[in-house]
Amino acid sequence: MRVFDLATTPLRELNSALHTIAPGANDTNFEVVNPRGSHSVAVGIDQPVTVEVRGSVGYYCAGMNDGGAVTVHGSAGPGVAENMMSGTVVIEGDASQYAGATGRGGLLVIKGNAASRCGISMKGINIVVHGNIGHMSAFMGQSGHLVVLGNAGDALGDSLYEAKLFVRGEVKSLGADCIQKEMKPKHLKLLAELLEKAGVTDVSPEEFKRYGSARTLYNFNIDNADAY
Amino acid sequence: MCGIVGLFLKDKSLEPQLGAMLSDMLVIMTDRGPDSAGIAIYGAPSDGRAKITVQSADPKQDFAGLEALLKPVDPSVAVELKSTHAVIETNADKSQAVRELLAQERPEIRVMGSGDSVEIYKEVGLPKDVVSRFGIRKMAGTHGIGHTRMATESAVTTLGAHPFSTGADQCLVHNGSLSNHNNLRRELVREGMTFETQNDSEVAAAYLTAEMAKGKDLGQALTSALDDLDGFFTFVVGTKSGFGVVRDPIACKPAVMAETDQYIAFGSEYRALVNLPGIENARVWEPEPATVYFWDHEKAA
Repeated sequence: MRVFDLATTPLRELNSALHTIAPGANDTNFEVVNPRGSHSVAVGIDQPVTVEVRGSVGYYCAGMNDGGAVTVHGSAGPGVAENMMSGTVVIEGDASQYAGATGRGGLLVIKGNAASRCGISMKGINIVVHGNIGHMSAFMGQSGHLVVLGNAGDALGDSLYEAKLFVRGEVKSLGADCIQKEMKPKHLKLLAELLEKAGVTDVSPEEFKRYGSARTLYNFNIDNADAY
Repeated sequence: MCGIVGLFLKDKSLEPQLGAMLSDMLVIMTDRGPDSAGIAIYGAPSDGRAKITVQSADPKQDFAGLEALLKPVDPSVAVELKSTHAVIETNADKSQAVRELLAQERPEIRVMGSGDSVEIYKEVGLPKDVVSRFGIRKMAGTHGIGHTRMATESAVTTLGAHPFSTGADQCLVHNGSLSNHNNLRRELVREGMTFETQNDSEVAAAYLTAEMAKGKDLGQALTSALDDLDGFFTFVVGTKSGFGVVRDPIACKPAVMAETDQYIAFGSEYRALVNLPGIENARVWEPEPATVYFWDHEKAA
C-alpha cells in the first residue's frame, strides 16, 4: 500500500504515480490521507488500481476513471466521477452537484445524498444513490441507470433519452418528456443486480418505480415547441 | 468563479478569533478569484456609538488631520488609520453630520460601510495581502463575511470589490452574475437609492436595503429577491445581528454550509471549512436552490 499525505505531498505526485503504473504491476493499492477538500484527487486512472481516500474531496475526484476502484471515506465536491469510463467509485458521504456527469461506464455509488444534476448527460454509467438526489438529475441522460433509494428533486429526467431511472422514494416533479413506466421482470432483475453490486442488501427491487423517456422530443416537432 | 465565506458564531468564546478564522477561510479560496478581496466584520456594538469605514486611494493626503477636521462636528470622534482605510467612530447621532462634512471637505474619500457594528475592508489584490494590510486576523466579532473576486461584470477596482454595503450595518457578497441589474438599478434610483459603481452585485445589495427599508426582515427581503433578481447568484449577507444565505433556483454556483453548536459557516467549497473547530462532526450540507437560510442573534437570544 502506497500512502500519499496531501498535507505534505503535492497532489501532482499522487496523480502521476497513478498514471505511471505499468500494466500487470502488483503495487496497485493506494491510500490518500488529509485530502482536506482538494480538487482532482485520483483523476485519469487507467489501470485497475484501488485508491482509499481518508477524508473529503473537492471538485472532480476520480474524473475519467477507467478501471480503478476509488473509495472516498468522506464527502465529494462537484463533478465526482465525471466522465467515468469503467471501474467503481464509492462515496461514503454526500456528493455535490453533477456527480457522474457524462459517465460512459462503470459504477458510482453514493452512500449519502447527491445534490443537483446527478447523472446529467449520463452515457452508460450506472449510479446508485442510497439517499436523495437534487433537482435536474439525469438531465439529457442518454444511457445507463440511475438508482435512487431516497427521493428525487424537481425535474427528474428532463429531456431524457434512453437512460433508465429507478426511484424508491418520492419524485418532486418529472422533467419534460420523462414519464413513469411499467416495471417489467427484466427491469426487476436488472435492478436487483445493480443493488447487489452497490452493496444494498435490505431493499427489494419491487419497492422502486421506473422512469424513462416518453420519446416525444427526439425529433423536433412544432406541436411540441412548448415542451422543449 | 469568485469565492465566498461567512461565519456566524453562536459560541461567544470564539468571538476573539473571528477575524483569524474568517481570514483563513478566505485565503484558502484565493484561487477562485485573485482580482480583489474584501471582508466585513461585525464587532460588538457599543451604546450610542457608530462606525464609518472609509477608504482613500491617496490615504496620506486624504487622511491627514482627519480627526481634527471632524472634531468641530463631534468632539468625541476617533479615527483609526489602517493602510488605505480608516475607521471613524462617532456618536451615533453625529454620524450623518460627520459624513456630510467628509463629503464636503474630503470628496475623494469613499465610504465603504457604516453602522453600529460593521467594519468593511476591501482592496484589489490577493486575500492574504488584503487581510494582512488591514490586520484582520486580530479582529474580534460576532459574525462576518468575505469575498475573493474574479471580475466578470465590471472593472477591477477597490470599489468593485465585495462586500457591498448599501445600508447601515448591511452588506452582501455575491458569486454569480445578474442579468437584470441595469433595469433594477434604474428602478432603485427612481426610488431614491444611490450607486457608487456599475457592479451588478451592488444592485443586489441595494435591492435588499430597499426591501428592508419597506419593513421586511432580512429573511423576507431574500425571499423577495428570488422573485425580482434574474441571473445566477449565491448571496451571503450580513446585518447587525443576522446572517443569511440564498441561491437562485438553478443553483449552479457552488455552496456548502456547516453547523455545530459553536457556529454556522458558509464556503464556496468545503476546503474553506476544513480548519474550523469540530468540522469533522459538523452537520455539513449544500443549501437548496431558491431557499432562504437565515439566522439572527437577536431572535436566537
